[in-house]
Amino acid sequence: MSEYTSTDAALTRDEMAKLVAADIPAGAFVNLGIGQPTNVSNFLTSEQGVTLHTENGMLGMGPVATGDDIDEDLINAGKIPVTELPGASYFHHADSFAMMRGGHLDVCVLGAFQVSGGGDLANWHTGAPGAIPAVGGAMDLAIGAKQTWVMMGLFTKTGESKLVEALTYPVTGLGCVSRIYTESAIFVIDASGVTVRSTHGITFEELDAKIPVDLIKA
Amino acid sequence: MAPRIATSAADAVSGIQTGATVLIGGFGNAGQPMELIDALMDCGATDLTVVNNNAGQADAGLALLIKERRVKKVICSFPRQSDSWHFDEAYRAGEIELELVPQGNLAERIRAAGAGIGGFFTPTGYGTMLAEGKETRVIDGRGYVLETPISADFAIIKALRADTLGNLVYRKTARNFGPIMATAAKKSIVQVSEIVSAGALDPENVVTPGIFVDTLVTIGGTK
Repeated sequence: MSEYTSTDAALTRDEMAKLVAADIPAGAFVNLGIGQPTNVSNFLTSEQGVTLHTENGMLGMGPVATGDDIDEDLINAGKIPVTELPGASYFHHADSFAMMRGGHLDVCVLGAFQVSGGGDLANWHTGAPGAIPAVGGAMDLAIGAKQTWVMMGLFTKTGESKLVEALTYPVTGLGCVSRIYTESAIFVIDASGVTVRSTHGITFEELDAKIPVDLIKA
Repeated sequence: MAPRIATSAADAVSGIQTGATVLIGGFGNAGQPMELIDALMDCGATDLTVVNNNAGQADAGLALLIKERRVKKVICSFPRQSDSWHFDEAYRAGEIELELVPQGNLAERIRAAGAGIGGFFTPTGYGTMLAEGKETRVIDGRGYVLETPISADFAIIKALRADTLGNLVYRKTARNFGPIMATAAKKSIVQVSEIVSAGALDPENVVTPGIFVDTLVTIGGTK
């Protein structure tokens, strides 16, 4: 793991996306979840040779379609029109999720409501009374890829840490998250615990005081 | 036996009775057999159990079936969307039953039904509220949940092109649930833009072999 670093300012969303993109291994097969993770594709370089998977049935997904390229039969998992790159392939849903569940994808990047120190993920349901639950591919994505990374704001609007000892929101997947990218810090979760790789706009000590999980400085 | 070539969407769905379980293809609007759903609306069948990834969008297709309370139960992965207002209203009124299934489990349960598999252990959903009450097992140190097949009386799906023997090819991401749904229903009804003669499709490119197709109907024909 790289040595601990820090910057004076918190990361912007684009800077977070850029860091995630830079960490994706060359040649990887990757699924980017809806929301912030989608932005990662804007920072992948052609030299990386990354192939994007969309769970509605495509490998080799290209950028969002505009103008005459918009085709109602060619959409991503967020139901946004996209394009195909040379070498793309189409497949049915059972094959698409076999790809995921079978561990064939290298990295999946998801948003989250909460992540626990043990890598448990909550991102599908607030559990609020009256909320209509919808899960989509969240549970399949969480546990399917070789590595599951999360992008999220580290704190709630009221200042509580979203990196928690134990989830209070309904579980999406257990022990599945291995990295968390936030505006304030980047965390790596493995058998040794939760390691802080970098801090941004906050010192390690300040962070440690705010996060209810034991933190290791890289 | 070669599939029946229906004369219209209404003719194609005419066998669908009240109380039937119907698999409906599509992910969002891609691959959604809109004309067959409209015909199902007109044919009067009610008390339907519908399996689809979603629970209807805006004011068309499945959303209208739900609006008219023709669907007693929906089995899907993602009912709540910005434009799922007809489902939301029916659900909040307690007038529709929802079985929520993770998307990959939904696909695999349909595939299992078509493949004659009695159930399977999947890691998806293990330890979550969607696995509550289900049998679980730890295999090689990993937790799995037993999921059972979803079979149906009918599948209504959309493909790009068929030959007269029912062999199908699809178009781009509109393929989605079509190939597995075609296998999982007693009767599969398929709308296509074009029906070509046997031999006109390259056998190497057939995605759904005709053995899974019972009824074909041509709709439109633009692509």
